[in-house]
Amino acid sequence: MSLAFLIEQLLNGLQFGVMLFLMAAGLTLVFGVMGLINLAHGSLFMIGAFFCSWIGEVSGSFWVGLGGGLLAAALAGAVIEIVVIRRLYDRDHLDQVLATFALILILSEVTRWIFGDQPLYLDVPPLLAGALPLPGGGGYPIYRLAIIVVGLATAYGLYLLITRTRLGMRIRAGESDREMIGALGVDIRTLYTAIFALGAALAGLAGGMVGVLQSVQVGMGEPVLILAFVVIVIGGIGSVKGALVGSILVGLTDTLGRVFLPRLFALMLPTAEATAVGSALASVTIYLLMAAILVWRPRGLFPVGA
Amino acid sequence: MTNGLSREQVVNGSLLALLLAAPLIAAALDEPFYVSLATRVAILALAGVGLNLALGYGGMVSFGHAAFFGLGGYVAGIAAFHAFEESAFLTWPFTIGGSDQLLVVWTVTALVVALVALAIGAVSLRTSGVYFIMITLAFAQMIYYLAISLPTYGGEDGLSIYLRNQLPMGDSAEPLTFFFVCYGLLLLALFVSARLVASRFGAALQCARMNEVRLATLGIAPFPVKLTAFVLSAVITGIAGALFADLNGFVGPSMLSWHRSGEIMIFVILGGVGRLFGPLAGAALFILLESFVGGFTDRWQLILGAVLLAVVLFARGGLIGLLAGKLRHG
Amino acid sequence: MNRGLRSLTLGVAGLLAGLGGAQAEELKIGMITTLSGGGSSLGIDVRDGFLLAVKQAGAGDVEVLVEDDARKPDLAKQIADKFIQRDKVDILTGIIWSNLAMAVVPASVRQGVFYISPNAGPSALAGKGCHENYFNVAWQNDNLHEAMGGYVQSNGFKAPFILAPNYPAGKDALTGFKRYYKGTVSGEIYTKLGQKDYAAEIAQIREAKPDSIFFFLPGGMGIAFMKQYAQSGLDIPVFGPAFSFDQGILKAVGDAALGVKNTSQWSKDIDNPANKAFVDAFQAEYGRLPSLYASQGYDAANLILAAKAKAGGTGDAAAFRAALQEADFASVRGAFKFASNHHPIQDIYVREVVKEGEVLTNKIVGVGLTGHANAYVGDCKM
Repeated sequence: MSLAFLIEQLLNGLQFGVMLFLMAAGLTLVFGVMGLINLAHGSLFMIGAFFCSWIGEVSGSFWVGLGGGLLAAALAGAVIEIVVIRRLYDRDHLDQVLATFALILILSEVTRWIFGDQPLYLDVPPLLAGALPLPGGGGYPIYRLAIIVVGLATAYGLYLLITRTRLGMRIRAGESDREMIGALGVDIRTLYTAIFALGAALAGLAGGMVGVLQSVQVGMGEPVLILAFVVIVIGGIGSVKGALVGSILVGLTDTLGRVFLPRLFALMLPTAEATAVGSALASVTIYLLMAAILVWRPRGLFPVGA
Repeated sequence: MTNGLSREQVVNGSLLALLLAAPLIAAALDEPFYVSLATRVAILALAGVGLNLALGYGGMVSFGHAAFFGLGGYVAGIAAFHAFEESAFLTWPFTIGGSDQLLVVWTVTALVVALVALAIGAVSLRTSGVYFIMITLAFAQMIYYLAISLPTYGGEDGLSIYLRNQLPMGDSAEPLTFFFVCYGLLLLALFVSARLVASRFGAALQCARMNEVRLATLGIAPFPVKLTAFVLSAVITGIAGALFADLNGFVGPSMLSWHRSGEIMIFVILGGVGRLFGPLAGAALFILLESFVGGFTDRWQLILGAVLLAVVLFARGGLIGLLAGKLRHG
Repeated sequence: MNRGLRSLTLGVAGLLAGLGGAQAEELKIGMITTLSGGGSSLGIDVRDGFLLAVKQAGAGDVEVLVEDDARKPDLAKQIADKFIQRDKVDILTGIIWSNLAMAVVPASVRQGVFYISPNAGPSALAGKGCHENYFNVAWQNDNLHEAMGGYVQSNGFKAPFILAPNYPAGKDALTGFKRYYKGTVSGEIYTKLGQKDYAAEIAQIREAKPDSIFFFLPGGMGIAFMKQYAQSGLDIPVFGPAFSFDQGILKAVGDAALGVKNTSQWSKDIDNPANKAFVDAFQAEYGRLPSLYASQGYDAANLILAAKAKAGGTGDAAAFRAALQEADFASVRGAFKFASNHHPIQDIYVREVVKEGEVLTNKIVGVGLTGHANAYVGDCKM
């Protein structure tokens, strides 16, 4: 096993983690400020990917498509918030889970209605095509490096937004005392809509970028949604910092588990069995990680309001 | 209401009577499909009754009850598989063969599910709120992926149960007989739930839901109370899973998927959380929607979603709440 | 003109059957297939191909009920019960996925209905679990992988890297490939079912330095793999079964698929009159090119119609079964026969993904295996 191989796998884990962060950031913000569990977050990811692909094809430019996908997701988020989500803030988690589960069904069918049953296509923008050489041979796709950069930049942007801006101040105020912020004369309804739309936009951004790597199809948001939940639970729900640490941890664990567990078992078992056992175990490593962390710290790595 | 029956009791009674009458009429008209549809309602309601014990009364929002439902199904499937193949499940340190006896299957299901639920519960109950929701989901996902990659028992293809597991008397393959078995178990579970909720244990459980500290000051540790309720809840759902596998003649990882957990939760919420008969009303409505709307449009999931959303937003307290009025906290 | 010829043949066959004493009866067919959610494009194609054939035949006494299984095994089972017990169908068909087939088929055929599979062909139903009322008109699941194994072997590749998802069909795929590829492999990976990111696997491929890649990753998994592979800078020839390179999915894979060799028992450029007529009629009816799945739905319907013409209907089950086994219909694949375990004996072609104008499509470049049956014939005792 060469060094280049190890570097490449670490980059893969980091890229996967950063992508998860874009999903998890919105989820954790919405939970931190409004106390809402949103299962339909994956649908916003899907909407971003679909619009990015569609607008990209019509306009002929990936970048216009990505902007369009981000806006479409933000807009969809705002509409959903105003029509449905707003009524769920003072309900218990159970009602929230059921209502947003229902939203998944509705949004999936509506998307299918608009875009049809065939998966859509989204290509790498020419600017980011190709691979960069790695030390010791091999190459790494530029596009994946770009995802890492965009993700880390978004994390830094969020940090600035929360610590330096008026909106950020209100978000922090909302996290610590929801009633008080209303009493201070802040238009809480608009604030909530804005936060929800912000989370949706991040999901849409992730969807558009991932659409280049994967197939753009109905239901693409659900596996990512579950992983994003694992991330925010590990990080501590409501904590953006926790989401960042959690997502990179999950990204690395999953990638390295997939690569090294089968090899580990190959030391003890015949190849075919080792691959089977190793792969089976690799598919549950992140859940094991999550269970272990929760046993150790029941409120995640960076508990909020503790 | 002091004299006669309360409105909720009337609603509950009517639901039970309807569920009993439907297959009898269907059998009389020689429409066996509706008998199996009613059996399906009874089984899924049973799964919901199990979850309701944890979720409705104990406030433990488990998003992983599909794990227990699926485990029950796999016990039935694996027992039947070994009985059919005449092979052994375990040869060392002692031999365990298959079985095609329902009573044996149920006993083993209860034991296996109880053990697994004890382990999952012991870990998960250290957390609460959203963390609890997500950690139960995580455990269910683990079992789901293990089932997919287990080649011996079919992996993703699942296992077929060629001959329905047998009763000591009566023919379980006869649709009406099997319906009565499921209906009977549903009644039993409802009865046990009702007695439990009314008991001292039930009072402690509901107190643990509302205020753990208060319970602790009374000298009752909340953890064992909640864990016991969680395990019992899992066992009931597990038995439902075993019945479901026998009804379908099939068990596969889809019984363990997170969508299934969501569905069982939907039965409970649709019917009315913390209502004894909520899961029955919810399961019945869900199956009717799925079965009849699915018959005339491919867009049935859209309609299902809209109905669910409407219930959450506008009919708090679910179907039973709609029919019988608000829940009064005594 | 061809359509006229077909209905004429059907008419004559029907007349002959009538003279033979069999009464023409109503035929009720229940189609359970995936029309919503992920993978619905496969079910829609099977349905459209099937209904096109029924429409062309102008068979007024054939009724087709269609219902969506949403890819859930227990829902499929419930619909099957409904079709059999309430609607009293004679034939079931339509299921796409092996796990749904395993939930529905064994119990259904034991209740006396026929099941004609237009897609799913798990080994369990071809070997020990075969049944006299179960016919698969598409393939045994291993077929396309076996043909690719043979092709890779005969083209002198020495070190293929092979990968598939970790579930029964994935294991069958790699076993099937190795059944006809006798050399050594440079690596073998089972991925998580539904996985969409293959960066880690592609790095392993790069490290293993293979001379070719064989993969079976149906649906969105394959789209993701091909796109990521194209971006990785690797340039090793890729081989696979048709699933990731078929008409319905090619547009989503994009130019990354160009030049990939894939195996299929059907292609739109197979040169026979039935196929030409099918491709034209399908395009005229639905405004898109037919896919592999559409061809399977179309063949399934024509097989049933031909058997009905011969035996009158399912009233005499033995006669209908014999008529199915004879498979006396003009398959769009050309020569078509059933092996003794009711799975096809057919040629498996090797196609290459090419561009016709702006449209990505496939062109036949060779034959993988000729007159190929399956490895389970001997295990089936009917």
